[in-house]
Amino acid sequence: MTTARAGDLSAEAGARRALGSHSGRQLGTLAGLLTLCVILWAATPHFLTVSNLLNVLEQTALNAVVAVGMTFVIISGGIDLSVGSVLALAGICLALALEAGVPAPAAIGLALVVGTGCGLVNGVLITRGRLPPFIATLGMMSVARGVALMLAEGRPISGFSEAFRAIATERLLAIPGPVLITIVIYAVAHFVLTRTVFGRTTYAIGGNEEAARLSGVQVLFHKTAVYGVAGLTSAAAAVVLTARLNSAQPTAGTMYELDAIAATVIGGSSLLGGEGTVAGTLIGALIMGVLRNGLNLLNVSSFLQQVVIGVVIIGAVLVDMSLKRRRR
Amino acid sequence: MTTTHEAVPPVLQMRGMSKRYPGARALNAANLEVRRGEVHVLVGENGAGKSTLMKILSGAVRADAGEILLDGAPVELDSPLRARKLGISTIYQELTLVPHLSVAENIFLGKTPTRWPGIVDRRRMRQEARRILDTLGVAIECDAPVHSLRLAQQQMVEVARALSDKARILVMDEPTSALSQREVEQLFATIARVISNGVAVIYISHRMDEVFRIGHRVTVLRDGSHVVTCNIEEVTAAGLVRLMANREVSDQYPRRQHARGAELLRVDRLDGGGLKEIAFTLHRGEILGIAGLVGAGRTRLARAIVGADPSRSALRRASRDGARRIVVRGAVEAIHSPADAVRAGIGFLPEDRKQQGLVLPLSVERNISISHLSALAVLGVVNHPKEHGEAEAAIASLRIRTPGSDQLVLNLSGGNQQKVVLAKWLAAHADILIFDEPTRGIDVAARHDIYLLMNQLVENGAGLIMISSDLPEVLGMSDRILVMRGGRVIRELSSQEATDAAVLQAALGVPA
Repeated sequence: MTTARAGDLSAEAGARRALGSHSGRQLGTLAGLLTLCVILWAATPHFLTVSNLLNVLEQTALNAVVAVGMTFVIISGGIDLSVGSVLALAGICLALALEAGVPAPAAIGLALVVGTGCGLVNGVLITRGRLPPFIATLGMMSVARGVALMLAEGRPISGFSEAFRAIATERLLAIPGPVLITIVIYAVAHFVLTRTVFGRTTYAIGGNEEAARLSGVQVLFHKTAVYGVAGLTSAAAAVVLTARLNSAQPTAGTMYELDAIAATVIGGSSLLGGEGTVAGTLIGALIMGVLRNGLNLLNVSSFLQQVVIGVVIIGAVLVDMSLKRRRR
Repeated sequence: MTTTHEAVPPVLQMRGMSKRYPGARALNAANLEVRRGEVHVLVGENGAGKSTLMKILSGAVRADAGEILLDGAPVELDSPLRARKLGISTIYQELTLVPHLSVAENIFLGKTPTRWPGIVDRRRMRQEARRILDTLGVAIECDAPVHSLRLAQQQMVEVARALSDKARILVMDEPTSALSQREVEQLFATIARVISNGVAVIYISHRMDEVFRIGHRVTVLRDGSHVVTCNIEEVTAAGLVRLMANREVSDQYPRRQHARGAELLRVDRLDGGGLKEIAFTLHRGEILGIAGLVGAGRTRLARAIVGADPSRSALRRASRDGARRIVVRGAVEAIHSPADAVRAGIGFLPEDRKQQGLVLPLSVERNISISHLSALAVLGVVNHPKEHGEAEAAIASLRIRTPGSDQLVLNLSGGNQQKVVLAKWLAAHADILIFDEPTRGIDVAARHDIYLLMNQLVENGAGLIMISSDLPEVLGMSDRILVMRGGRVIRELSSQEATDAAVLQAALGVPA
């Protein structure tokens, strides 16, 4: 078989796959997102303005970035409850370093290392300690939060250099920095999940860990690394958040884990593992962002907002499950 | 106990029982007649239909055809609950007790005596439990939590529970497999008490000494059909084995002549994890069959070779005495994990394909590449055209029937799923292939295809180990046969020496 022929075939297969499984599911979620936008456009004149849309994207960016790591973890068949606390801890470390006069790139590097480290600890507890992911990350959720509070002595740390804040304030081609960072992270994550050994292995472990292990896959190593990714994206979100607020708070990121899980699940990932895409997660995060924004614009009370968002999460998964059943 | 059983009416008649599973006929018009107060032994080799017949009797499986009469009246056994209510109790090899509840609570699980609606009458429950245990002649404390009991005592509790259901028929499936000799004696004493109360016991066992000690009559099943029922005094152990083994010879196995080549794999005094001093060699160009009863340690052997269950103690032992026990292609290999086995060119095709062989929600292509992703990648990025090309080539050469390489494997038939597992190992360049029950759950046509592929692999210089409970398959496909029993290799037979009787005798431990 020549390479050209193989290339043809793979393009063909790609097209078939698009119609068949994951991408087909994503089109459904995307249609949901667009429908939502159309409804809001009709309902309120303020929705479809450039400033509001950019506002939505900026609001969504944080959840979207955290949800990237969550998507890796959920595809591998796990769960990470510690992402919000790890975000806070990484943010505090970043702020303390900046305050101490460490140059911004080094401080950012430190935050990323701290976040990744927390994730790897989760991974080791799960793979070597054989703890259920729920328990290991529940513990880390409390530990990271506590350490963040201790380091910050319970107070926010504020006031950073222009250069650092430029991450959030600068625009490139009118696109705000946080949005740009999110786009880059999603592009990289998509590549890693679909094209690399690491990504493939993540799906295989989530789809059937035992079969993967018996096929010679280094399951423990990869699973540990997956939690490292979750820590890394949490830290990336911490950098964006700290730059945008010009302040790091030890209480930041509370409940972010639930938003990230919601975005991932709305985006079509299965909590049983083996299924999901970052593109889906991005759409899921946007649905949540647009919904919150729209409900605010419509002056819906924040109490009712929670009800609506809950209903959307449940509805999305119900629809997804019934579609899957039909496909099989 | 040589009372005239003829005078007693049969408590159970099963007539013309048939059951078909996809790809296999488990029962073909089988009959069974059991009388009150007898121990009726049911024998037959693996796959003869014993378990299916008993599952039908316990209501767990519905027969395709046939009628069941209890005390002469036809009954419909459509659920386990119905069977229990009709007085049919089954004690499985895996006990079904709740470990943290007391003996009395377990005996009355699901039918706890109450005073007021919803209030447990503990006193009555204990008294009743005591009474039943006394009739069995066992001294077990009623309030003891079940997990504190020895296995044999737990089995007594199961028997007591069956009696509390007013059982007419008690089915015991290999009840002694985990018992010590003394506990076996206790169990037999209990069984004697049970039948003296008029209960019929259907006793499934592979242990010939037990069969002759406690059985009154015996029924032999073979290929899902009834062979013979007779009084136990009328047969000998060797005679029973002949009756179990005498299968029809069929030509569904493509015979071929292989040229045996160089040594591929040598296992030397493999010990531990239930295996005892296993030693054998595998050469290029041969199929080495491994026969034995369920529980003989065949799958454990396969998993030990590929390092599927790495235990710390085994690793420590291996490094301490330095005697590495697996030699691949003349070189000593330390196989501590499946990854090591893959590197050494060993592929394992597990019996449970769906749980252990395949990642069901992934495509054919991705299931094939999983064994050698790193080899397909440059700097961690998978070369997708190459991956795809390999998958397409495997689909063509193994004749995998799928709409495309991107089809999810969960949508494939059993035979094609097995081929995907095989393709995974061939793509990783494995030439030592261990098939565990290669054709279980696969229909006849696809089976033939798998056999042809196995022969083709051998002709190309691979060495195959084939574990199978399907005796004709072992006899039809193997160049040599190892027979295992109790974690040991009991016999090695050349294809000339191997007959079904010879293999069964070794597997059952019956002198010829």
